[in-house]
This record gives sequence, structure tokens and C-alpha cells, in this order.
Amino acid sequence: MSVAMPQSDGAVLARRAEIVATLRRIVPGEGVIDSEAAMRPYESDGLTAYRQLPMVVVLPETTEQVAAVLGYCHRQGVKVVPRGAGTSLSGGALPLGDGVLLGMAKFNRIRAIDYDNRIAVVEPGVTNLAVSQAVADAGFYYAPDPSSQIACTIGGNVAENSGGVHCLKYGVTTNNVFGCELVLMNGEILRLGGSYLDSPGYDLLGIVAGSEGLLGVVTEVTVRILNKPETARAALIGFLSSEDGGECVARIIGAGIIPGGMEMMDRPAIHAAEDFVHAGYPLDVEALLIVELDGPRAEVDYLLARVQEIARECRAVTCRLSNSEDERLLFWAGRKAAFPAVGRISPDYYCMDGTIPRAKLPLVLHRMKELSAQYGLRVANVFHAGDGNLHPLILYDANMPGELERAENFGADILRLCVEVGGVLTGEHGVGVEKRDLMPVMFSEADLNQQQRLKCAFDEKSLLNPGKVFPTLHRCAELGRMHVHAGRVAFPDLPRF
Amino acid sequence: MSADIKARNAAEVEQVVQWALADGKALEIVGRGSKRTIGRAAQWDATLDLSGLSGITLYEPAELVLSAKAGTPLAEIETLLAGSAQELAFEPADYGPLLGVPPGAGTIGGVISANLSGPRRVKTGAARDHFLGVTAVSGRGESFKSGGRVVKNVTGYDLCKLLAGSWGTLAAMTEVTVKTLPRAEMEETLLILPRDDARAAQAMTVAMGSYADVSGAAHLPAGPASRVGELQALGGGTTALRLEGVPPSVAHRKDVLAKLLAGFGKLESLSAAASRGLWRAIRDVAPFAAGGPYGDRYVWRISTAPTRGVEIGRKLTELAQAESFYDWAGGLVWAALPPADDAGAALVRAIVGTAGGHATLIRAPAALRAKVDVFEPQNPTLAALTKRVREGFDPKGVLNAGRMWAGV
Repeated sequence: MSVAMPQSDGAVLARRAEIVATLRRIVPGEGVIDSEAAMRPYESDGLTAYRQLPMVVVLPETTEQVAAVLGYCHRQGVKVVPRGAGTSLSGGALPLGDGVLLGMAKFNRIRAIDYDNRIAVVEPGVTNLAVSQAVADAGFYYAPDPSSQIACTIGGNVAENSGGVHCLKYGVTTNNVFGCELVLMNGEILRLGGSYLDSPGYDLLGIVAGSEGLLGVVTEVTVRILNKPETARAALIGFLSSEDGGECVARIIGAGIIPGGMEMMDRPAIHAAEDFVHAGYPLDVEALLIVELDGPRAEVDYLLARVQEIARECRAVTCRLSNSEDERLLFWAGRKAAFPAVGRISPDYYCMDGTIPRAKLPLVLHRMKELSAQYGLRVANVFHAGDGNLHPLILYDANMPGELERAENFGADILRLCVEVGGVLTGEHGVGVEKRDLMPVMFSEADLNQQQRLKCAFDEKSLLNPGKVFPTLHRCAELGRMHVHAGRVAFPDLPRF
Repeated sequence: MSADIKARNAAEVEQVVQWALADGKALEIVGRGSKRTIGRAAQWDATLDLSGLSGITLYEPAELVLSAKAGTPLAEIETLLAGSAQELAFEPADYGPLLGVPPGAGTIGGVISANLSGPRRVKTGAARDHFLGVTAVSGRGESFKSGGRVVKNVTGYDLCKLLAGSWGTLAAMTEVTVKTLPRAEMEETLLILPRDDARAAQAMTVAMGSYADVSGAAHLPAGPASRVGELQALGGGTTALRLEGVPPSVAHRKDVLAKLLAGFGKLESLSAAASRGLWRAIRDVAPFAAGGPYGDRYVWRISTAPTRGVEIGRKLTELAQAESFYDWAGGLVWAALPPADDAGAALVRAIVGTAGGHATLIRAPAALRAKVDVFEPQNPTLAALTKRVREGFDPKGVLNAGRMWAGV
């Protein structure tokens, strides 16, 4: 794949040796990597179709080092790309050839756990799952659970505002972080929020969450931890049409039930998953729904009975309830393995991530089938049905000339379709480089300029992760210009009193 | 006296802002004015009234989403939602009675601009967590949008979060989209009569740390408790824990809590109607209502770590004869201070500074709100960033300039 990135700065590259030497003084020991072989692991993130070696990799260990590296790069006009575990599916951590790749992996300590205030203070390189594991003995957990949670880091989760299968009930990252320490590109260190529930002044933490590493580098995060529900049970429900499945989802929510998780798969995804993990999925259905309820046992049993009833009313042809923890995990096993399962039936697949209003699901699936025929590529769908987040997996073979390009075009058409029906380009994977050039499908130039003015407030020289999110880079001075038309008639037709 | 300009649609809002820009005017942005006395008292050349931008433009209960023009009365939205057994789960507060204006006057735009969240904040999140999409006019006189109508969306910066709680200083919102949620089938409140406030704080910590899924945790010492009808008969400091959900679940969780809290004091319970009344009173700060015995006091809203709240309240009582009560499991302190030259700012800021958190002066005469910081003062780095953020939206200071801090 190819994507236009900001032009390499020859003057910076010419000074590479000097820049590396300075960085070594800031981060001594083995924290600066400049050999090609050792930098190779950093050349891409989870979106492996894009690759670029950075100019140099820096792995700082303290906030002061991060501040010194950023401050130095700011003064010298050197670009910086921050990176957590590198699991981004949108190229958010794709390096720049004339930029510093700032790896945050060494920030891997849990600094404090405060059960009485139900928070944990962690460094950004701590993995998502490690937070839950650290508080598990006390009966707590950290709610957002992206499927990469074994590897992805909290810092990356903040940058991408990561979700997971349980976010319908428990929210995404932004709803579960209370504070952070942030280093700006100019080297200034800030604290946003803290151990309390609401923000003093502007909710800057709220925009740092999901800013894809363009506003600052997070060096500490305060997250909310929750008491583990007493129990969880799941229902596995099969339908002969996606319309029936969609109606069931709407009626569950209409009945006032907010499940902990609600996932749907279409026929190709069901078959791929079943062939792979043998979870006992029915193979003669068009849509399979997993509805998980968590909470006190009395509540879960009561609501599950209602879900079963609603499923029957929506013409479900199969409905199994988990009767043990093993059975519940088995229901999930197929869904959780859906991506690798699809990987087994196709040499390559391309994972998309749009969100649509739930009611549009049958329409979108129908249109997607037409697109599939048009492009001559198969597609399998897994769907966070509760919140409308769709993950079409486009199957292709990168060794067949032109297939990758066809897959990309197919994917772009799917995302345009999501926006057309009232949805958005990305629900949880981020814009990155992948969807950058599709941003105008959703936003006007005025919308994008306003967002970039916010970027300018944090990073006036546009040195932090440039080339991501925004299709056109404007200079901050140009964006700041005002066009005021003096002498305008002051709206004579407006009521005044 | 500033002139009122009433816009009827987003295009007129743009026109007014462009006029203000061209003529170098500063505008006060109001909905229906119910929270007009909150914030730094500043001078504006004219008032831009958004109450004419009214009406619900989309409501799809099965999609859990509602859009409305920014000036739509909150009451109108709540009535419509109730018809589908839904609500705004963040439980927006009505500060009308606290501020001495009629109840029920707020607009959805005002609620979001102030990021007003009620007792359920501890479980369901704040207004900002339910704010999905926006169309607004910046201080550059340009309309822009952010977010959308779906819950899961990471497309571009989440400007909704920034606008929530920005008190109209970044943009004049013209239309908003919010998440709606099903109302709980039933609610019940467990009351404890603890021996003192510190013990109450411990009880709330135990309750919040259990799987009882408490959706409201507040403590009212004897003075404030005597101002709430539902608690008067108990005659003393009372801790309230709300349980919401389906009947078998509420019954079960009530048992769980009763066992956990047996050692904390005598237990009572409030059935649904009384429970609703109690939480409305807590949400709207009824103990400190303008017409009541604490009506002449200056009221501070303090946000802190839940275990710190009671300690802050104790110090404020000792040093300034404050009356306080606690919501958000102790993390939200409402403190009413007797009139003082600086509204008690120096003391409040010192105590909160030590404990960690921030304080906002919610009720005080305009002369004082012009003199002391209403919002928590910022360190120079944060203040400079705040100013740059503001200038990105409103470089000439047209919108509510000076309402949060001088120049912001």
C-alpha cells in the first residue's frame, strides 16, 4: 500500500548523527537505537501493509527524558512519532523516515492502586490486561477490553480511545480515565484531571483521549477500576436473516436491557469461526448473536429469561444459554477467534471498522453483498451489535496482482456507506494513515480546520505524529488567520428586545 | 444594560458572531438564563439568546439517541424520553432553586455547556460521557460539527468533550446529540444513620467497593439533612445509597448491602417515590436553596477523591463555620459558607489544594464573582494551553469572554 506522508526533511536527515548523539545524552544506555536491523521491529504497527524505518528509535524511561527529547526535537524541528505496543490497526504508529520513533514500552510500572477511591495509577506502557490482573485479587478489573488487550498498552488505549466488547455497558477508554500526565511537544509537562470525577476547566483529557498521539505524549494515566460483577452468562442465538437478528438487538435494548456485550456474526464469519475453534455454532443460520449479561446472579438469570423470550418473538431458530463459565467462554471463543479464523480461509484479510446506526444493519449488509460481487472479493462480518460498530473483514490475496488495491477500494466504499447511513468512518481503530484521506467524506473543510486549530494549541509546529488523521496539513499561522468583513449590516431582521 | 439579540437558527447565530467580530463586540451566550449567575462576572456588549433554537430533531429510542437544538428546554426532552421509559442517565441537575430562579428553566445546551451531572455520575458518567455530537458556531463565526449520532466513534478529535463544561467560551452550540438510556424499572434507597461523617465516608467506600452496583451514594450531616423532607423524620446525619434495576436484582443487592453495612449504624429504607424525591433534592442542592435558611450563604462545589470529601468538609466547618454535604460517594462536596470578603476563596483553595481536587464558586454576589476566581486557578503552563485552545476557537474573545477566567 502506499500513502503520501509529509515530505522528508533533508536538512534533518543530514544531521542524523548529531541528533542521535544528542538523544544518547538525554537517554543514556541502550535507550537509543539507530542500527537498521535493530530498528526493523518498529517499521510498522498492526497495519503491516504500511512500513517505514524511522530515523532513530528512542526508548525513554522517565517523564523528564520524554520532556527533554520532545523539547529538543521541538527546538530542532524534528518530527516525533509516539508508539505504545504498536498494535494500531490504522497505522497510528507508522514511523517517519526523518522522525524520531518514541517508544513508551519502558514505562511499564503500576504506580499506585487505590481501592477505596477505585482508581489505579499506571504508566502508559502497562498492558491493558495487566491492569485488570493487578487488581483481580481484590475483585476489581479495568473495564475497556480491546481484543488486543494482552499486548496493547494503556497509553495506546488513551491515544486511540479504545473500546472493546463490553463498552456498550461500561464505556470506552475516555469514560474510564480520570487523569493523566502529559508532555507537550515543546517539552512542557502537564497534569490533567486526577483522582476526582470531573475536570477543572476545559476537559483537555477528553480530547487527549482519541487524539491518536497528535497532541502530546502521556506518561502516566489514572484509570477507574470497577468491582467485578458477581456473575456473567451468555445466550447464543441464531437467526435465518440479519433482519431478524437486528430486530432482536433493537428489542432487547427497547426492553430496557443493556447487556454487558452483544455481538453478531454473519454466515461467512460463523463458518470460519466454527471450523477453527468448534464452539458448537449453528451452521445453518445467517446471523448469530451472542448476548452476555453480567451482574448479580439474580439479575442475570432474570434478564436472560427475558432475552430468550425476545429471541423467540424475533424468530430465533436456536437459542442456547450458558450454564457454566466454561460454556460461556466457549460461546465467546469463536467470536474472539474470528479474525484468525478468517485468516485461515484467505491468504490475507483487511479489517474495517465503521459504526452505523444499529437499525441500518440489514441495509448495510445487503449493500455490502452487492459490493462484494462488484469487487469479486469475499467479506465476512463481525459486529458489535449493541453499539453499531461493524468490522467487515475483506478477504484477498496480496500475491494476486491488483487484489490489495481492490480490497482497499472495497473497504473505502464500505466506510462511505457507513457515513451515508448516518454512521462514522471509525468506531475504535482510529483514523491513522489508513482512513486519513476519507475524512472529507464525513467532515467539511471548516470542521477539519477547527480540529487542526486545536492541534496547533498543543503543537504549534506540527511536529508530533504529522501525516496522521488529517488529509491536508495546514500551517498553524495560516489556520489562525481571521477574515473579518467590517461594515456588515448588523442583522436588521433579528428580533431585539 | 446590554442588548439582547435572539437568534432563530444556526445561520443567524453565525451572522451575530460575524457582526460582533467585525464590530469588536463581546457577546454573552445564554439559553434561558437559568445558570447565568454562575461564573466570573464579566462585561459583555450584547447578549446572544439561543432559546429560539428550540426543538427535538431526532429521537430513536431503539438506537438510544436524541438530537435537539441547543435551546430546547431540558424539561421537554425529559418528558419525551419518559414516554419511552428512557432518560438522560447522567441525571442533569437543576440549579434553579439554588440560584433563586424558577425550577425547570434549563436547556439541553446549558446542561452540556456546564457539564452538569447528578448523583448517578458515580455509576453512569457525566454529561460529557453522554454527549455524542454537536454543531456549533465558533468565535470565528464559522459553523463546524464534531462527533455523530453513534456511541462508538473515534473519527477525529472528540470536540464534544471539550465543549462540555466550557461554559460557552469556545463556541455557541446550535444542535446537540446525546445518548439516552432505559430508565431503571425500580429504585430503592438504603439509609444508614452513622455515628459521624467519617464513619459515613467509610460506609460509602464499602458500598461502592462491593458489587452492589450503587447508583447514588451521598451523606447529609444533620443540618443539611433537616432540609430534605424525606430525611427529616430520621433526625440526624444520614447516608443514602441508591439501588436501581429490575426487582429481583434490587432485592438481592439490598441484602448484600445490608449485610456489609450492618456495623455502620441503624438501617432504614426508602421506597421508590421517596427515593426519587431524596435524590432530586441532593441533585439540585436543595439543602442550600436560595429561599431556605442557608439561602444567604456562598456555595462552593468541590470535586475531590471520594475518601477526601468528608475531611475537606470537616476543616471548612472548623475554620469557616461551613455547612457541607456529600454526593458522589464523598467525591462531590457542597459547602455553604457564611458571607466573607473573598467568599472564603483563600481558605477553600488552601484546603482543597492540600487534599487534591478543585473548587468552583457556584453562588455568590456578582461583585464577589468579579473579584475572586470562580473556577480553580490554573498553573501557568495549563493556563497558557487553555488560552491557546480558546484562541483556536475564538481568537478575538467574542464568546462569553472572561466567564471562566480573566481572558478566557
